[in-house]
Parts: sequence; C-alpha cells; structure tokens
Amino acid sequence: MVTSPLETRSLEYSYGEKDVLDGVSFELRPGEVLGILGPNGCGKTTLLRNLNKNLRPKVGCVLLDDADLEGMQKKDIAKKVATVPQTNEIGFAFTVREIVEMGRMPFQEAFRGNSSEDERIVDEAMEQAGVSCMADRYINTMSGGERQRTIIARALAQTPKVLLMDEPTLHLDISMQFEILDLVHRLSRESGLSVVIVSHDLPMVARYCDTIILLHDGRIFASGSPDEVLTTENMRTVFNVDARYERDERGNPTIRLYGACRD
Amino acid sequence: MSMSGRKWTLALLCAIALIALLFIFVLLDLSWAGNRTLSLGEVWAALTGNGSWGTDQIVNVRNLPRIAMGIFVGAGLAVTGGVMQAVFRNPLADPYILGLSSGASLGSAVAILFGISFVPLSVSQPLLAFVFCLMTMFLVYTVSRMGGGNVRTETLVLAGVAVAALISAVVSFLTYIAPSDEMQDIVFWSMGNLGGDWTEVTIVGCIVTAGVAIMLTQCRKLNAMMLGDAHAMDLGVDVARVRLMLLVVSSLVVAASVAFVGTIGFIGLVIPHIFRLILGPDNRLILPISTVGGAAFIIMCDYVAHAVAPLYGVLPIGVVTSLIGAPFFVYLLVSRRKVVGW
Repeated sequence: MVTSPLETRSLEYSYGEKDVLDGVSFELRPGEVLGILGPNGCGKTTLLRNLNKNLRPKVGCVLLDDADLEGMQKKDIAKKVATVPQTNEIGFAFTVREIVEMGRMPFQEAFRGNSSEDERIVDEAMEQAGVSCMADRYINTMSGGERQRTIIARALAQTPKVLLMDEPTLHLDISMQFEILDLVHRLSRESGLSVVIVSHDLPMVARYCDTIILLHDGRIFASGSPDEVLTTENMRTVFNVDARYERDERGNPTIRLYGACRD
Repeated sequence: MSMSGRKWTLALLCAIALIALLFIFVLLDLSWAGNRTLSLGEVWAALTGNGSWGTDQIVNVRNLPRIAMGIFVGAGLAVTGGVMQAVFRNPLADPYILGLSSGASLGSAVAILFGISFVPLSVSQPLLAFVFCLMTMFLVYTVSRMGGGNVRTETLVLAGVAVAALISAVVSFLTYIAPSDEMQDIVFWSMGNLGGDWTEVTIVGCIVTAGVAIMLTQCRKLNAMMLGDAHAMDLGVDVARVRLMLLVVSSLVVAASVAFVGTIGFIGLVIPHIFRLILGPDNRLILPISTVGGAAFIIMCDYVAHAVAPLYGVLPIGVVTSLIGAPFFVYLLVSRRKVVGW
C-alpha cells in the first residue's frame, strides 16, 4: 500500500472558545489534487494552516509521510510542504528572483549562497510559473496576479511533495487561473505532486480536483469525487446556492450557477 | 550583470568607502587634544608607545577607549535597529522599541538618586541600567503574552510603547524631585555620552561582538520574516523562536550599550534605513554593512562633538547624531523612497 504524503486524524482546532475545526480526517494520495470547498468562515484556511504547522491542532494530528508534524522541525516540514497563502501583499522591494530564491531556504545553511542546483531549480520554477521575464522587477510594484505567480514560483522552488494553495485563483486573471491550475494539475500527474486547494470557487475546483471535501461548520459534510460531492442538494445546504454539476460540451466538469437559494 | 550581482558590487563599494571614512575619522578623533590638534606623527608615536607623556595621555588614555567604545556601540546599535525593523516590519522600529531606553534611564536614575552605599556609582549605574533594561524587555514580552494566543509583533510594539510611557513617567517624576546636581546627571546621561575605561570597553565589546555575530547568522530568516510571519513559517522559519531569540540578543546588546553610554538616538533608526535606500531591503547586505556604517557614523559624530568644543564645550553625542543624521536622512527619503518600499 502506498503511504499517504499527508493525512489528518480527527483534527480539532479552536480560537479561544470558538471551535473552528471539529474532527476533520482525510488522507491525501500521491499525485492527487484535493479541493477543500466551503463558504467563508467554515474553517478552510484554518485547516490549511494546520497542515503545515502554522497552527497546531488542539486535538488529533497531522501526519506527513507518516510522521507527526508535532515532532518535526518547521524547516524539515518546509522541505516537503510548500504553501501559497491567500494574502500576498508584500511591501518591500525584493526582486522577483530574490523572492523565488527564498523557496530554497529550507535546504540551505546560514551563510551558504545558492548552489548551481539551487539556481537551476529557481530558474525552472520561475519558468513554470511564467515569471522568468520579470525576474529583476520589484515585487512591491507588481499586480496581485504577478505577485501570486511569484509566490507560486517560490513554492515550486521548494520542490515540495505537497503543495497547499489558499484561494489560488483569487488574484488572477481568468486566463491565468486556467494556466496556473493547468500547471498544478500537470505537475500532479507528471511528478506525483499532491495538491490541496482551498477555495470557494466552485467551477474551478470542480474542474481541476480529483477529490473534493465539502467543509461545513468545521466538519466534513461530504467527500469524494466531484460528481459524488457536488450534488445540487449538497451545494444548496453548504453554499445556499442553486447550482448544478455537469459536463460542458467539451467534456470538462463545470458548475452551472443559477443564483442564491431563496428560502 | 544580474540585479543581485549589481547590488553586491554596490555593497562592496559602500563597505570600502565606509571603512575608509571610519579610518579617517578615527585618526582625526584620536588627534583631538582640546585646544590643539596632534599631528599624525604624534598620534602614531603615541599609539606605538613612543610618544611623550602628554600625547600618550591624550591619545591612549582619553581618546582611544572612547573611540573603541564608540565603534562597538555604533555597530551594535545600527545592526540592532536593522534587526528590529525587520522583525517588526516597521520602519519606525529602533533598538529601543521595546522600551529599553526608558528601562535603562530608570535604572540609571535610581542609581544616581538612591545609590548603593558600598558600591561606587561608576559600577552601580551601568549595572542597574543593564538590569532595568532587561527587566523592561521581560515585562513588555509578558504583557504582550497576556490574554493567551500567539504573540503578534503589533502587540509587542504596543506593549513596548505602553510600558515605555509608564517608565518614562516614573523617570520624569524622579528627575522632578531630584536635587539639581543629580537632576543634571540624569539629564546628561539620557543624552548619551561616549567614554569609559578599558574594562567597560571590554564588557561592551564582548557583548556587542557576540550579539552582532548571532544576529548576522539570521539575515536570510529576517528576509523571509519581512514578507510576513505567515510567509516565513511557510518557508520553514520557526518565527516565534527566532523572534524571541533576536529580541533577547538585541536587548543584551542595547542594554550593554545604554548602560555605559546612555541613550544615543538616531543611529539604530537611521543607519539601516540609509543602506536600505541605497541597496534595497536584503538583510544579507543591510546588516553587515550597518555594522561598519554605524561605527563610522558615530565616530564622525564624536569628532564633530569634540571639534565644536571651543564654542559650546564637548556636545553630548546623542545631540550630534540627530543633528547630522536627520537632514541627510530626509534627503535620502525624498529622493530614493521607492527603492525600499517604505
């Protein structure tokens, strides 16, 4: 049996008295693209931040290659798990290349510069995320989408086994949304990268994810393949939206949105 | 040449220029003899132990320890300021941001006013300043931890401001009720005054050197932390631990400086900014070059403070650092603000 690169077991998390996650368990398979869907405030981002030890679960655990994150150094986690956070405001004038090079940090000792291997990985990551042409531009002068792609390049430069993305389509142009998710999807197929995408973008998640977890009030409401999970009934309950999962005339899964439910 | 290659070359040129500047002002400062200026030959003779008794007194006893102290304090404050600005992602952060200067002032005022009968003031004052300084840092950190949860940098800054305000009020009160002689001592100390004997220079030198060495190993992590705590954590930086470690180390450096020379403002705030405006935000360049820059700047100011002695007497160094630094900084800020992003 293949071990899961990332697994959670009855994860619970709370901010003070407020329970945000309540018994979340799932297993990510190698090369799988997992979408965690839910309305705002359902605990998506909190769940994601538990997966790289930015937050520490109150109950339950997160296993990375069968090792409990609790016993792992942050640096060792960052060698396997890369994160693309939701907010990407960066006020300082680092160049794009400098930001992407930071992705090599977990692999480097203090005072050691970039090896030629590091350089090669950084070049490749920038190429993949489409930011090679802006390597010398300052991040604080760039648009939200350009910053997003820079951060994605940084995450790829970590050569991760697991990629966590928080609302990856939020700042991107429509065409760039497809490009980035195509890239992520391709990497998952070609190099076995496992991806967790947290989002409320129903059509994009339906199209690109192998498995979907619907999160509702901090619990897993439903999980499985998109056509199993994204039923009209489920979407009504969780998102309060009138929608239908279907395949378009090219055979791609999509969500047809009719409007909010009035009841 | 690539962008980063250009920056490293520029940084190297800056470093060479600063070392030259430092060297020149060390010589000028060494040659200061109150009513006259020693020649280079006399300074050299004194340094190598061949000078007359008079020049030996001037160069080796009066000027040299002061200059050595200045170099350590200037380097320490400049690097600490740079570290604090990166840790707090706040351009206004300086070495005293956690209320350290107010803590040290209180310690110093307590020593001047109440003293400890069996300990001479020259020992009790720096000792109490040092201890109060660290206690302040501890208090600020404890306050910002109250209410549970993670310590946010914003909370730390606010706790620092609050605690500093409280302590400053106590210092003002003590100054107000102090007899006029002691009052003058307290005020003079608070304006900063280089000096001290070789024992003091050695104590400050050891703490500053060790502290700066540790801080310089953290440049890359600080770069990640400047993007935001979450980014840094995503990149594998144990932000809480690194931040606490840096706060403790910088508090030790600041406490050591402030205990012996008082609060010297502006250096920690402005020197790192000046180099950021020239070289951009990369701490791998900013922190090392700030050590040289801080040292060069403080010695330059010390020379000016002494050179104007015929007019006003030797000025407190803190006055000069601000008088010279502020206009230069305003010029850089207006002309090159975009380069940093602040």
